[in-house]
Amino acid sequence: MSPKGGGGGGRGDRLMVPEAEFESYYGKQIIKTPTWKTPDVPLYLFLGGLAGGSALLAEGAALQDLPALEKVARGAAAAGAGIGTVFLVHDLGRPERFLHMLRVFKPTSPLSVGSFILAPFSAFSTAAFGSMVTGWFPRLGRLCGVGAAAFGPPLATYTAALVANTAVPAWHEAHRELPFVFAGSGATAAGGLAMLLTPVDQAGPARRMAVAGAALEIAAAESLTHRLGMIAEPYQQGRPGTLMRTARRMTTVAAVATLLAGRRSRLVSAVAGATCVAASALTRFGVFEAGLESARDPKYTVIPQKERLAARKAAAASGTPAG
Amino acid sequence: MANSLWGPLDDVQGDAGYDHHPPRMGFFTDTSVCIGCKACEVACKEWNEVPDDGYELSGMSYDNTQALGASTWRHVAFVEKPVEPKPLTTTDLGLPGMGPPGAMEGGATDGDAGVRWLMSSDVCKHCTHAACLDVCPTGSLFRTEFGTVVVQPDICNGCGYCVPACPYGVIDLRKEDGRAFKCTLCYDRLKVDESPACATACPTESIQFGELSELRERADHRLAELHERGVDVARLYGRDPEDGVGGDGAFFLLLDEPEVYGLPPDPVVTTRDLGSIWKHVGAAAATMVGVGVASFLGRRR
Repeated sequence: MSPKGGGGGGRGDRLMVPEAEFESYYGKQIIKTPTWKTPDVPLYLFLGGLAGGSALLAEGAALQDLPALEKVARGAAAAGAGIGTVFLVHDLGRPERFLHMLRVFKPTSPLSVGSFILAPFSAFSTAAFGSMVTGWFPRLGRLCGVGAAAFGPPLATYTAALVANTAVPAWHEAHRELPFVFAGSGATAAGGLAMLLTPVDQAGPARRMAVAGAALEIAAAESLTHRLGMIAEPYQQGRPGTLMRTARRMTTVAAVATLLAGRRSRLVSAVAGATCVAASALTRFGVFEAGLESARDPKYTVIPQKERLAARKAAAASGTPAG
Repeated sequence: MANSLWGPLDDVQGDAGYDHHPPRMGFFTDTSVCIGCKACEVACKEWNEVPDDGYELSGMSYDNTQALGASTWRHVAFVEKPVEPKPLTTTDLGLPGMGPPGAMEGGATDGDAGVRWLMSSDVCKHCTHAACLDVCPTGSLFRTEFGTVVVQPDICNGCGYCVPACPYGVIDLRKEDGRAFKCTLCYDRLKVDESPACATACPTESIQFGELSELRERADHRLAELHERGVDVARLYGRDPEDGVGGDGAFFLLLDEPEVYGLPPDPVVTTRDLGSIWKHVGAAAATMVGVGVASFLGRRR
């Protein structure tokens, strides 16, 4: 038995670079694989983006007097937050202690910060939707809608900090791009769902949000894979690679269809919208599983760290300060 | 306080809010004298009432424990590495050696016949900048007055954030329980001036417990001694307060590269990049607001 390591997660994937030689303890992983459950956590990431984007859409619709769009968006914001919270609580090892999340406020813990974003967002979006459906307290309802719109974008993007603030190589090293991937993905989902459920004559803003979100998401994901080098492999190979590629194709096709015929055809609008929603969910599953892959294979932990050490040694030898 | 998230930090307890506190305590694990007896693993399990985590044979070496985890707070690694057999320079006493019969024949080799053994008792590093503690959203993980890092089981809600945050892969969730567990550096024993169970049980003083500043001096002496004797491969791991986690409260003397023992070669606490992470989240959230506003500009429907 040789303690030489060699890519654990290969499974017949084509390699972007030749397998680097590195040593490990019997090929075992160094960091722990995140214990967060699938589908709970990737669905929570997706629903947070959907709800956050929808809250923005709802306030815009209210301002421009688009009642059908407003109703769908308010419903999506409230439902996304509600269902997302259920998944988040279900993921806990001790669900009955979920309120312990609000014991302290710690800026060093994105999950703590996120709890203080999710709690008011859920309250505001639910109140705004309830007020709109029942007609009770309309002014207070609108105020709550503004509150939800304020907490919406943070809700959609803090989850990038949640996964990036770990030792998981594919997440941590992507901390500059992931928030933009998540912002774009959230906008795509919110715009898409509204396109699916709103008549085309009121869905203009939803179409524009979906297309802009798609462009942002694709551009950010592209720059992520370019900057990360070998650490980006999990985003390109295996199951997460398939998820990411499928999501990108679906997003592109849906955005193009929306631009070409979203305004004229109710059917195209609905199908493209549904595709946007599904693609956004796939992106979150892809990002999530890429992180798990990069944790399982010790090469993503060892090789970049060895390179960092070597660079520091070289910098020290040449007398320049290390990075 | 400066360097709360990253970099060297002299008074880790003071940074955590203790005005008066005992000196920082820690472990120095000198793996050059470890004999792989696993007394530390047993003593830890017994004292801390840590449940078994399966009686499985790994088939990879004498190591059936395999890794640190929620129910393994000390883990003895057995590194078995083939080496070039050395020509025999001493008198052959005809004693039995390692390896299959016949391995000694056909040439004079020494008794270890082409295998080098390294043993090392791994443990939670009780980092100066502990990612597990910083990301814990409930405040369950906390810094003790001894500068160690401990989980409070009555607070932990099993969110699992500490698990991927640890750059060493130490802490984990106990599945049947739901909560996170790890080495407490025997917080209960420290409270009554006792040494941790593993250090007490170690028969070769491979595991040394004491004031961190004193342990660091002792380790420097030991390293110099080994280098003098020609053991150039000896190195300290986690000793340097300038490293990526601000130095470990539990550090090691190793005889090979860290990754050979399953340790990360250059761990960095994730909170080093916390400022950048939040900055990019803020920019992305602002971009999303921009997308929202732009969606309602121009044509109304």
